[in-house]
Amino acid sequence: MKTSELIPVYHFCVTHKIELSFIDSLQQYGLVEITTVENQTYFKEAQLDEVEKFVRLYYDLDINLEGIEAIVHLLEKLREIQSRNKDLQNRLGLYENLKGDL
Amino acid sequence: MAFIDYYQVLGIGKNASADDIKKVYRKLARKHHPDLNPNDKEANKKFQQLNEANEVLSDPEKRKKYDKYGKDWEQAEHFENAKQQSRGGNYRPYADGGQDSGFGDDDFSSFFHSMFGGQGASAGGKRQGKFRGQDYNAELKLNLKDAYTTQKQTLTVNGKNVRITIPAGVENGQVIKLKAYGSEGVNGGPAGDLFITFIIDNDTTLRRAGNDLYMNVDIDLYTAVLGGEITIETLSGKLKLKVSAGTQNATQVRLKGKGFPVYKTEGQFGDLYVVFNVKLPVNLTEKQKELFTQLAALK
Repeated sequence: MKTSELIPVYHFCVTHKIELSFIDSLQQYGLVEITTVENQTYFKEAQLDEVEKFVRLYYDLDINLEGIEAIVHLLEKLREIQSRNKDLQNRLGLYENLKGDL
Repeated sequence: MAFIDYYQVLGIGKNASADDIKKVYRKLARKHHPDLNPNDKEANKKFQQLNEANEVLSDPEKRKKYDKYGKDWEQAEHFENAKQQSRGGNYRPYADGGQDSGFGDDDFSSFFHSMFGGQGASAGGKRQGKFRGQDYNAELKLNLKDAYTTQKQTLTVNGKNVRITIPAGVENGQVIKLKAYGSEGVNGGPAGDLFITFIIDNDTTLRRAGNDLYMNVDIDLYTAVLGGEITIETLSGKLKLKVSAGTQNATQVRLKGKGFPVYKTEGQFGDLYVVFNVKLPVNLTEKQKELFTQLAALK
């Protein structure tokens, strides 16, 4: 993978004023995937939004890592439910309109 | 700015201690934070109010002014200075509360930004005051025909023009995120995002379910009985359709690949379902009635 698609962990921690150990902890919980290139650790740019969210949850809202793990799981379920709900609403609209035509 | 009762926002009494305020704020922030309430405008609004209330009530000086002056607390410093300086009659109250409020741009900006945290927080090793900017939500209305093709649209969000490409096949209620198009972050925090919800207005006789389209087509009795060919109007133009002899009322025919384009998948389409409504003839002539009577006798 090109390093241009990777975010250096050290640089991220300095910019956001957080401890390096926090990213290590995220990795231990399976919340971020860390890549090592020439002795430097990185995570994928595609995960940047998520990692920033974890930083906010931990540092701004005082939610521990176990809580963050649970929240990630629940937010994914919520996303699936919201998507399914939207589909069902659109399909219901179809049948209600057809009923009006009969 | 309209008066907001910060004590009511936090659900505490006016005698609440600094510790109480901190605890309550943290608890409510966890409940209403945008990260924990995706696509929830009410939660976002509540979170902003909580931040504003906390910023004022957790700062002893601001809280003192707020408690003393109530809804005019922002102008408090100005009024105090003006009272000291006025010489019987030269003092003019500032009715509009906007210009010449006694706060320079810096003071107003720092208060406004402080609603999202950061300013005045104590120093220390902990990460300080970088807050992500507010997310913006917008709705974009399209009609069904627009959503059928990829197109560019410009929308104005908070005074800024945003030009976006809308891929064909976008669904009603679908939300897209434009990263960093929300409001600027505070104290170097990241900008928020812009969420655009598409509202697809169906002003056609077609019905859409995902990538499939449904339409009711009237055919006369003779075509239904004897078979024939009809022309139907679809979003991609006219289409010739064979009607089999003996087609019953409410018969459904599936036209593969003639439905709606699949979102972000070039060349792929759903199906079009045509439901035939057989229309019985009315206002028959005498001759027609005679012929139908003969037909009825033959069965």
